[in-house]
Amino acid sequence: MRRAARARLAADTALLVTAAAFAVPLLWLVLASVDAEADLRLRIPSSVTAGNFDAVLTDEITFTPMLNSLLLCGGATVVSVVCAALAAYPLSRHRSRWGRSYLLTILFTTCLPITAIMVPVYGLFVQVDLIDTMYGTALFLATAQLPFAVWLMKNFMDGVPVVLEEAAWTDGASNLQTLTRVVLPLMGPGVTVVTIYTFIMLWGNFFVPFMLLLSPEQLPASVSIFTFFGNYGSVVYGQLAAFSMLYSAPVLVLYILISRRLGGGFALGGAVKG
Amino acid sequence: MSAPRTGWWRWVPLAPATILLLLFLAGPIGYCVWIAFTDTQLTGQAGSEFVGWDNFRRAFADDDFRNAVGLTLVFTFVSAIVGQNTLGLALAGLMRAASRPVRTLTGTLVITAWVLPEIVAAFLLYTFFRREGTLNAILDWLHLPSQNWLFTLPILAVSFANVWRGTAFSMLIYSAALSEIPREVTEAAEVDGASGPRRVLYITLPMIRRSIGTNLMLNTLSTLSVFGLIWAMTRGGPGNRSQTLPVFMYDQAFLKSLIGYGTAVALLLLLVGSLFSVVYLRLMKVEL
Repeated sequence: MRRAARARLAADTALLVTAAAFAVPLLWLVLASVDAEADLRLRIPSSVTAGNFDAVLTDEITFTPMLNSLLLCGGATVVSVVCAALAAYPLSRHRSRWGRSYLLTILFTTCLPITAIMVPVYGLFVQVDLIDTMYGTALFLATAQLPFAVWLMKNFMDGVPVVLEEAAWTDGASNLQTLTRVVLPLMGPGVTVVTIYTFIMLWGNFFVPFMLLLSPEQLPASVSIFTFFGNYGSVVYGQLAAFSMLYSAPVLVLYILISRRLGGGFALGGAVKG
Repeated sequence: MSAPRTGWWRWVPLAPATILLLLFLAGPIGYCVWIAFTDTQLTGQAGSEFVGWDNFRRAFADDDFRNAVGLTLVFTFVSAIVGQNTLGLALAGLMRAASRPVRTLTGTLVITAWVLPEIVAAFLLYTFFRREGTLNAILDWLHLPSQNWLFTLPILAVSFANVWRGTAFSMLIYSAALSEIPREVTEAAEVDGASGPRRVLYITLPMIRRSIGTNLMLNTLSTLSVFGLIWAMTRGGPGNRSQTLPVFMYDQAFLKSLIGYGTAVALLLLLVGSLFSVVYLRLMKVEL
């Protein structure tokens, strides 16, 4: 038993050292956001202030970009999840060679580096006049996230027993009615996970809106934080930290929601593994 | 009157997703293949001409391109294959032996770094590695030599940033894999007198080899497309010393206005990605 205790102590020590390394940048973020004289170094603020948050809570810096992010990512998430739910249904319920190849293609697409196609996407968007439009960018974001959403949704849908649908069919329900009234309610947690996961991925996406949106008043928070703080000669680090906290808060909260619901964050790893 | 369960139109719900994928994914990929063989430029040119393999020939003769390929290999090897993968596996393994509060604390911190938006992570690591930043403060305090990391070793700085940001994914995959190993197997080995390291080498690792393959592929694929993290930390600089392929592609296509050339580079990146994807699908042996 003493060997077990020693092993535990060694594991704890190793983990705590790693945890400290991961914590340092995060601690800087939290402490700098309430420090009036924050610089690049991690330090305890001499006096705690809410001034940094006051300074960034303006229309120009926070509210407009966050609203843009919400419209852009919210819209894209809705499109992505609705399309994924519809597509996952036949893929999950009807076995055929055709459906199999479709799923393989989907899985193949989830792995493609989306970054690589941004140059041609930009070119196409200029030609069809979708460049610098919110809906065009949202549609592209929805598509970029769609293969993975279909894959996750199909896996969750496989877990819903088919017997209940057969009952609905004999009662005369159509395919769409069966999907919306029987299958989706039964896989509620699954749909929630797909929705929140899609939203988190889109909220953090920088490259797509960076390429496809040009007018400053349309930029989401991921890009505005870069143009606003990245191009200023003297950066006010406390304000940068405060804004980063505000911008990160929604995804952190959402992640906690899904990880609680699934008993720890480990379920997603299982889902990804297939 | 039961709903039809046969016939082609049971596949109709696939239509919206398929249309989106064709328009916004297959379309650009096809366009990518076409543009890569032309001399399209961003401005100042009326039309674009078909130039055959010129863009590719030019790429392989271009020192900057070769530099980008080399840096991409270093970045992928250091951050994905060595960093995220090994650290993720080590963390997952240690967590099984550690006490509960330590496990929760470490898991929370590592996952927080992963969930944070890419650009926030980039800013945090930028402040960490800057000359006046926290890393040098710690080194000073330990009486170790400090330096300007983003200038002397930019590619290592961005690689470490990618490890910080991406390790959680590997940790989650490996935690799931390790929890599926039956207890009896490790206990039997223990009874047979196999030491800790031997147990890991001969029992644990072979049992999770499929997860290792999967994880290596997924890490490589996501690392190949990292752009925002590097762009926000160094913009590929100083000079081109942290210019990986995505940054090189962006630089050529938009800052140097050579859309055709940039797209050719993008196509190469896409080909490498597809190759990895096919290997990944093979590894997964998906049962559909």
